[in-house]
Amino acid sequence: MMSPLDHARPLVASGNLRRRNLVNRLVEASATIAAIIAVAVLGVVVYSIVERGGSALSLDFLIKDPLPAFSGPGGGIAPAIVGTGLLVLVATAVALPLGVLIAIYLTEFAGPRTASAVRLMLDLLNGLPSIVIGLFVFGLLVVGHPQTGFAGSFALAIIMLPIIARSSQEVLLVVPQNLREAARALGVSRWRTVLGVVLPSALGGILTGAVLAVARAAGETAPLILTSSIFANNVTGNIFGEALPNIPVSIFSLSESPDPVDHARAWGSALVLMAFILVAITGARALHRRFDQTQARLSRR
Amino acid sequence: MTKADSIADPGSGPGSSSGADGPVVRRRPAVGLGKRDVDPAATAREVVFDIHDLSVSYGQTTAISGVSLEIYRNAITAVIGPSGCGKSTFIRSLNRLNDSVRGMKIEGQILYHGHDIYASDVDPVEVRRRIGMVFQKPNPFPKSIFDNVAWALRNLGMKDGLQDRVERALRGAALWDEVKDRLRESALGLSGGQQQRLCIARAIAIEPEVLLLDEPASALDPLATASIEELMHDLKREYTIVIVTHNMQQAARVAERTAFLSLDVSDGKRRGVLVEYDETSTIFTRPADKRTEDYVMGKFG
Repeated sequence: MMSPLDHARPLVASGNLRRRNLVNRLVEASATIAAIIAVAVLGVVVYSIVERGGSALSLDFLIKDPLPAFSGPGGGIAPAIVGTGLLVLVATAVALPLGVLIAIYLTEFAGPRTASAVRLMLDLLNGLPSIVIGLFVFGLLVVGHPQTGFAGSFALAIIMLPIIARSSQEVLLVVPQNLREAARALGVSRWRTVLGVVLPSALGGILTGAVLAVARAAGETAPLILTSSIFANNVTGNIFGEALPNIPVSIFSLSESPDPVDHARAWGSALVLMAFILVAITGARALHRRFDQTQARLSRR
Repeated sequence: MTKADSIADPGSGPGSSSGADGPVVRRRPAVGLGKRDVDPAATAREVVFDIHDLSVSYGQTTAISGVSLEIYRNAITAVIGPSGCGKSTFIRSLNRLNDSVRGMKIEGQILYHGHDIYASDVDPVEVRRRIGMVFQKPNPFPKSIFDNVAWALRNLGMKDGLQDRVERALRGAALWDEVKDRLRESALGLSGGQQQRLCIARAIAIEPEVLLLDEPASALDPLATASIEELMHDLKREYTIVIVTHNMQQAARVAERTAFLSLDVSDGKRRGVLVEYDETSTIFTRPADKRTEDYVMGKFG
């Protein structure tokens, strides 16, 4: 039997409310701690790399070539920076148009069943270990030939493709259906509708996805070890004939070196790479936010 | 061809060659002439749409069933009926905009000037180029006012005298004076009523024959609604207009002929059927069917 509640008593916690309040505080505290841990991990990683790599960093480190072989460790990592830039540029040139076309196929042309099958394939491709992709490209383009920058870019493009395709597809889905209908009702063909109405509305989101894919590819190491790791200390630009020096493989080989000077250079290279990726990601976020605000302002007025 | 011509020359008309489908240019005796506009063409009118026993279903659901009616040139034909009776399905089947709906199945025939618009050799893009549409919610493209009108013109290759065409379309939609000084500004900055008139301008810019209006004023305030209705009276001189509305007063104000669709639930299945189709004045004052009378008297819907 429940006793009738006395609604006139003071409004303080009573009965099981004290216990419920306690559980509430516990859950809130653990969620907060989990969030703090995530921030802390990033903080510790960034701090340790800045602390150990900061000493190696100098203008010369960024713009000079490494010292020639047998003259001891030292010198800059300029070729690796340029090489990574070139590798990612070529990879983006392959993956961006292809990825956007895949996204257009998924949202504008494919039937729901085909689309979901292709989406699953893209997610599987995205989940493939990068060493496996590296191995595949090694077997395809490197065995029997020298390593080339193009082989490295090709492997990076495979890694970027599902990221660009999936993120572009998400933003294309957000483009209002009634804009497509309006264009179709004007007797404009499907493809011109995509080009003239759908893509311009989704451009900011597509670019953001592309930048995130670039950030991911810039740090990939495993495929480059297999495809673009035996390189001279200069960038000739001959991406089909020679391997390109690059930061991730440099970090790997420098850290394997017995010389402590090389270890400092490995940390310095890691700092450069990390700084590039952090700038790219925050830049992408700012770009996306600005785009969203423009869209919101346009649709509010 | 003017209305007078069509009376003088009964053998003319694009559909006069059709054989098995019967003559498309039909002559009707004058019935229930509206008192406000004594229209000589009402005695003998050119048929634009000749719809035979049209049924549209989505998967297992039948939206409309057994609809037969004729839509006349340079007239405003209203389609009224309670929610869910298939008004939108009906009007969207007239320019094949339902094609992209999965599982859509269409039976019966829609003859447009004697041509079955669902025939296998018909290009739906060409259908929509001649049969324009304005939607319930204004849906201007996120482009400038000028480009909203010019975009389809460019895509359809109507680039000669683009400025003039845009101006003519905006004048035709009674919008020119309000926007002539801000053509380069975003269309999303216009008010709802202006946006809807821009959508009408966009639709008439490509010089279609028919305008389908799917509840064009239901998202607008009374003043904007009045301006759209006034505009329709001007537009019918050049275009054949079919308007779906759930606002009976609107149908009574603007339309010469009115079709009343209703839900039929006789055998346990819900489907939209055409109850009555006649002169608007007849539908609202002397309906032949009890269901029409109940609806226009406000007893349901």
